Amino acid sequence: MTGDQLSQPGATRRSVIGIFLGGGLLASFASFIYPVLRYLVPPAVADLGGDEIVAAKLSELKPNSGKIFRFGNRPGLLIRTASGEYRAMSATCTHLSCTVQYRDDLRQVWCACHNGKYDLNGRNISGPPPRPLEGFEVQVRGDEIFVRRRREA
Amino acid sequence: MAILQNKCWLFSAVRQVGLAGFVVLAACLGFGQTTNSCLDCHSALPDPLGVSQEKFSQDIHAQKGLTCASCHGGDATSDDPDKAMSRKAGWKGKIDRKQIPQLCGSCHSDPAYIRQFNPSLRTDQLGQYRTSVHGKRFAAGDTKVAVCTDCHSVHDLRAPSDPRSTVNPVNVANTCSRCHADASYMKGYPIPTDQFAKYSTSVHHQALAVRGDLSAPTCTTCHGNHGAAPPGVDKVQNVCSNCHAFQAQMYEKSTHKKAFDAASLPGCVVCHGNHGIGHPSDAYLGTGPEAVCMRCHTPGDRCDQARVGLQGGLSRLDEAIKGADQILRVAESSGMEVSEARLGQDQARDSLTKARVTIHSFRTDLVDQDIQAGLKIASKNLQAGKGAMVERNQRRVGLGISLIAIGIVLVGLRLYIKKIES
Amino acid sequence: MSPLRNVRSWLDQRFGWDDLIAPLRKKTVPLHRLSYWYFLGGITLFLFVIQVLTGILLLLYYRPGANEAFESVQYIMTRVQFGWLIRSIHSWSANLMIFTAFAHMFSVLFLKAYRKPRELTWVSGVLLLFLVMGFGFSGYLLPWNTLAFFATKVGTEITGQVPIIGKPMMIFLRGGEEVTGATLTRFFGFHVAVLPGIATVLLLLHLLLVQRLGISIPPKLEVQWTANPSAKREMKFFPNFLLRELMAWYVALGVLGVLAAVFPWNLGVKADPFVPAPAGIKPEWYFLFMFQTLKLIPPKVWFIDGEILGVLAFGLVGLLWILLPFFESDQPSRTKRWITGLAVFALAYVAGMSVYGHLAK
Repeated sequence: MTGDQLSQPGATRRSVIGIFLGGGLLASFASFIYPVLRYLVPPAVADLGGDEIVAAKLSELKPNSGKIFRFGNRPGLLIRTASGEYRAMSATCTHLSCTVQYRDDLRQVWCACHNGKYDLNGRNISGPPPRPLEGFEVQVRGDEIFVRRRREA
Repeated sequence: MAILQNKCWLFSAVRQVGLAGFVVLAACLGFGQTTNSCLDCHSALPDPLGVSQEKFSQDIHAQKGLTCASCHGGDATSDDPDKAMSRKAGWKGKIDRKQIPQLCGSCHSDPAYIRQFNPSLRTDQLGQYRTSVHGKRFAAGDTKVAVCTDCHSVHDLRAPSDPRSTVNPVNVANTCSRCHADASYMKGYPIPTDQFAKYSTSVHHQALAVRGDLSAPTCTTCHGNHGAAPPGVDKVQNVCSNCHAFQAQMYEKSTHKKAFDAASLPGCVVCHGNHGIGHPSDAYLGTGPEAVCMRCHTPGDRCDQARVGLQGGLSRLDEAIKGADQILRVAESSGMEVSEARLGQDQARDSLTKARVTIHSFRTDLVDQDIQAGLKIASKNLQAGKGAMVERNQRRVGLGISLIAIGIVLVGLRLYIKKIES
Repeated sequence: MSPLRNVRSWLDQRFGWDDLIAPLRKKTVPLHRLSYWYFLGGITLFLFVIQVLTGILLLLYYRPGANEAFESVQYIMTRVQFGWLIRSIHSWSANLMIFTAFAHMFSVLFLKAYRKPRELTWVSGVLLLFLVMGFGFSGYLLPWNTLAFFATKVGTEITGQVPIIGKPMMIFLRGGEEVTGATLTRFFGFHVAVLPGIATVLLLLHLLLVQRLGISIPPKLEVQWTANPSAKREMKFFPNFLLRELMAWYVALGVLGVLAAVFPWNLGVKADPFVPAPAGIKPEWYFLFMFQTLKLIPPKVWFIDGEILGVLAFGLVGLLWILLPFFESDQPSRTKRWITGLAVFALAYVAGMSVYGHLAK
């Protein structure tokens, strides 16, 4: 634009529109592109793995002990039996949904709420619980213990 | 008379053939069942002699092949009432109440006999009965007390596992209440008659009859069934501990056990009641109408102070959990994802439950441990909820900024359109 | 020369750019008090583009498969930066697009823009509408939550009611007898490959026809303006109408932003095939009018099963809807009144039944 054009009132109006339009378009594009660019960057936690999570590390559990871990939206129980095997099952008691625990003195899964007992396979063996605890598959890979829901047929 | 004799012979021959035919017919009709001719007449008779075929077919004894004669004696195969109900054939008629336990026991206490039908069925019922209050009074000549048929019913006796059985867990309280809630029947006995009414308001009844939780206790769970008797003042916590193990453990080690035993007070029942056991609340530890501690303790004494501490701890944790719940609820309804914190709230609630169980140790230091653990978790969830709200607000700010940018573009476009069309 | 002119010159020397866009420069839009309705097609197209873009972004993180689908959507909503925004925009834009597609169809219907020579535009448009509803139905299942699972179950069950071909069709849709993970995989394939492929072809055809045939003028006006050409009022499509469309698109963007930020789309609960269906399960709002109709038909009409009758009736109506232009007169002065009446009835029925279906238990 030459100096003559700038001195005309039309030019001022043109530049106002230009600022509005140009600035607005730029700003709006930025507000669209910014989230998209952030979206494209993969988050730090690579996996929310629905059906499989790392419940513990290999050295974490001593024989004859248990650990509560989060599985999806509910607690799970990982047990290392006295002979060294790993078992995993839901930790929600089937009676009134209290969280069960591993009792190393009884070598059984026990619910503190009403004295319900389950064996190491999750089967309800004594007390109020009407159903067994849902069992999970355990897989040791490297030094991590993976727990996975049983595959549906 | 030879003709008459011949005719008599003919008659009896015909009768024999007819009878034989009838027996064959009856046998065919009663295919697979033992002949039980008694019902042919008795199904048509009015009460108290009437037992319908339909009713008796529900009876487990009938299903196992027994007949009326198995208990009443007589000949169940015969159609002739005289033969069927002949004393010579062992007919006993109506069984006298005083004979009933002995009669039932004649089979049910015989392991060799019962083994033929159900090898895992117990055979100690009669022995247990004799140790019960009912049995002892019965032996002393009281015929008002319960005998086998009063609870188990008769002629349509079902296995206890059958939901229609009078001794199925969901029905037991009703069965017991037939006598024990009848004030006029129970006149002369030194026990109250409000147990059923109280039990019907209890959490155990709620669990059993309303929720259908068969593990919940009914009369026989605590009192025993055949050996029914109250547990005994100093043994109450043993009964409760079968399910409420943790609370009982705490109580056993507490100062209250010694004190209650010394005063011959019935343990758990002192604070929780026996039949009308309601849902316990933190108000038990308070000073209001539901307060239990203050029934015995003096205001201001050492124990009262401990009580205040216990109640304070519980209500602090309860408030903390509710506060975190509140903010998580708001965050969730604004669209924030807080499922992890919600799971954490379950853990906090578990801590509160544990603290309430630890109350039974009556030690502020132990209860405090659980309270502190719970408070830590609840506060973490509160932070998560606050974080979610902060992020929510950030989103709205971002939205606002982009809306402003959009607004500017709209204004710019409008102006531009106006310009090129002028 | 300005940079823009440089680019144009470069393109023209290689593509014959100027000749290509010449018809566009000449394109006009008739101006009358009902001209605002002309925006609807463009908005639908815009929303479709938004769907494609956000859909591609979602594809970067979504995992189809009964084990992972729900969790991957949860991951997008909670862990991925602005994942909540992309997903919520995708869900809201889908609903808005279906609404504008219906509105566009009805406005074309009432403005009688489907008349000769635009019959094929109508046909491709109605097919696109069906495709868009198919997009909605298949996409709804992808998060694999309880509501979607049971809505799909009911929806495919109804398809199975069609005589003879219904059952094979249902098995084809479900990837088996029941709704399982196989159904999810299949719906995913439909949603991201099959339907977009068909839609692209139909859309190109639709747009090409609109370009070639120009914007339709309402019949009464057409008669007037043919008699009196000087009374004709029109606006250049490029840049005047386009700028106004751009404004409408920006408004749509703003609306989407508000909806996504203030009413984010919820996750629901992961589907569990063994849990009984929640009471009062209903399809999404754009299927409500059909669903409610089926609920109101008595179990047996004459000797025919009520539900089958309903499904067949809707099938017939759909077919006739596609063929509607061929019933209309090609003289603008003699358009058929009964078609207008039918249009009013259809609108009232769809709207009324949708509201009824929403309010009913």
